[in-house]
Amino acid sequence: MATTKEITPVHEVRPTTQELRIPERFIPTPTIEPGHNFATITDHISSIVLRRKTPVGWFIALMIAMGGVGLLTVSISYLLGKGVGIWGINHPAGWGMDIINFVWWIGIGHAGTLISAILLLLRQDWRTSINRFAEAMTLFAVASAGLYPALHTGRPWYDYWLFPYPNTMGLWPQFRSPLMWDVFAVSTYATVSLLFWYVGLIPDLATLRDRATNIWIKRVYGMGALGWRGSAKHWHRYEHAYLLLAGLSTPLVLSVHTIVSFDFAVAQIPGWHATFFPPYFVAGAVFAGFAMVLTLAIPARKVFRLEDFITMKHLENMGKVLLATGLIVAYAYAMEWFYGWYSGNPFELYMLQNRATGPYKAMYVALWVCNGLAPQLMWFKRFRTSTFWLFVVAMFVNVGMWLERFVIIPASLHRDFLPSSWGMYHGSMGLFFALLFLFMRVLPMISIFEMRTLLPEAHAHTEEEGAH
Amino acid sequence: MHWLRIDRYFKGDPSNPEIYHQPVPCMQCENAPCEPVCPVEATSHSGEGLNDMTYNRCVGTRYCSNNCPYKVRRFNFFHYSDYDTPALKPMRNPDVTVRTRGVMEKCTYCVQRINHARIEAEKDGRRVRDSQVAQMKKEPTNYALLAELNTRPRTTYLATVRNPNPDLVAAAAPAEKAEAH
Repeated sequence: MATTKEITPVHEVRPTTQELRIPERFIPTPTIEPGHNFATITDHISSIVLRRKTPVGWFIALMIAMGGVGLLTVSISYLLGKGVGIWGINHPAGWGMDIINFVWWIGIGHAGTLISAILLLLRQDWRTSINRFAEAMTLFAVASAGLYPALHTGRPWYDYWLFPYPNTMGLWPQFRSPLMWDVFAVSTYATVSLLFWYVGLIPDLATLRDRATNIWIKRVYGMGALGWRGSAKHWHRYEHAYLLLAGLSTPLVLSVHTIVSFDFAVAQIPGWHATFFPPYFVAGAVFAGFAMVLTLAIPARKVFRLEDFITMKHLENMGKVLLATGLIVAYAYAMEWFYGWYSGNPFELYMLQNRATGPYKAMYVALWVCNGLAPQLMWFKRFRTSTFWLFVVAMFVNVGMWLERFVIIPASLHRDFLPSSWGMYHGSMGLFFALLFLFMRVLPMISIFEMRTLLPEAHAHTEEEGAH
Repeated sequence: MHWLRIDRYFKGDPSNPEIYHQPVPCMQCENAPCEPVCPVEATSHSGEGLNDMTYNRCVGTRYCSNNCPYKVRRFNFFHYSDYDTPALKPMRNPDVTVRTRGVMEKCTYCVQRINHARIEAEKDGRRVRDSQVAQMKKEPTNYALLAELNTRPRTTYLATVRNPNPDLVAAAAPAEKAEAH
């Protein structure tokens, strides 16, 4: 930020508060660092894409991610060639890595939708600098998640039978099956997320089109901008569309993971059959999602020098969300014990006992450490405002949420009703990171025009309007 | 891939336990947990109350097996059937489909034999009435496995009633008889 520091601040940030000697803890931390105006924001964010030289590190990172994609392709080929047995699944654990990873990825996506839709409706303007990033994360996480249910079936080439389409077999899919509901939930989620992300991107694509010097780059961005000229009418329609999409996305934050939790709650296996699964899964999804936003945003703001826009306030707020959702998740873990005891059902009780003392007890203990204990650090401002500690806690949560699904899926399946049917249960990161790196390079990471509205000039305008 | 599992339960001294056997095939539940969870309706209830599996409709989500409290469904995780070795061909039952990789399979109560018997009975003009199975189901010792889950299994068992001479208890460990259908 060496270049922008020389520009004189348009607006002195807190002169009155200093005069009044308000204790520092009451002064709100700014969502954008002082010393920025419309021009500097546009310049700074668009230059990452348009002018700044591609750093060597980016190529190395992309190469590693592409290596991951290569590994994924090899793994998928092997899977298709040999059969789903390569997941290591067998009776009684019919689901393993496939569904664990599916639920993990789909959960991660939820933070993006929460940030972009719910926080927009609640007028939380601190969301602006992280929403584009989080929405992209949602989209790529959903794309990664979608791979799993598609490939986990025994005969993936017949997956299209899950879609209701008129066919010569004269047969609809079975609408009573939660997997059927999943098809609708996830495909709706993917569509709305894509639309929301793209609609939000249009004005910024137009900015890039106008600032690009190379004719071809100009044309490509121009096509993406769909003829955006920024007229009042455009903005009017845009605001409507964006708000409507936010309204559409809001119930999706709750519904998608609710439906995913039905995959388990509707089944009657002890450890799956629980009525509190929907809220527990939704809280877990937001928890995992914010952890992933932190995991990605902390290095990104450092590398692309975005500290002025993704300020400590954002990170701190995300830390708070992590703590709140982490407490809900820990409460759910505790409630499982309560219900097990209260139901008096010996199968439920045995399942819980086996979780804590059985062959997967290490996973269960690690789960409590990662999801129950680690977020407790977020009570303290010192940890909330340290990028290092935030990153550490976020990593713990990422691991913990994966373990949670492990504990729920194979660990519930491996011991069910009859002892005779008991048994044991013995990488898609690349695609996600490759898409993410491409996104960071090609599209403006932070919504330029929305950042502009964070500036005092923009507010002066709205206040005037309000005064009428 | 066995569709009929023999469960063993042990009682008494672990070095020389009494052993109880219980054959567990598909229970052909009347209220089958496997049926509503299949997204493509590959497993469904037949008019006669059998829990049918349509192999060529199965996409292999394995949800049915996960939701089966008896865990009696079997899945082709790999390509288990050998189509090529000529010596193996005569071994196969010509009335039963050879299952491919990626589909679920299960005990059918030998539906091909039921159908065969039905056709024969039809030809002879016989009617299926109060069969031996139906009579035995009325026995007071008749019980269902995991009946408390309300799966209403069709396969039920007859408890063995023993009244051994106390002097002989240690010597004998008779196997429990099971009765299907």
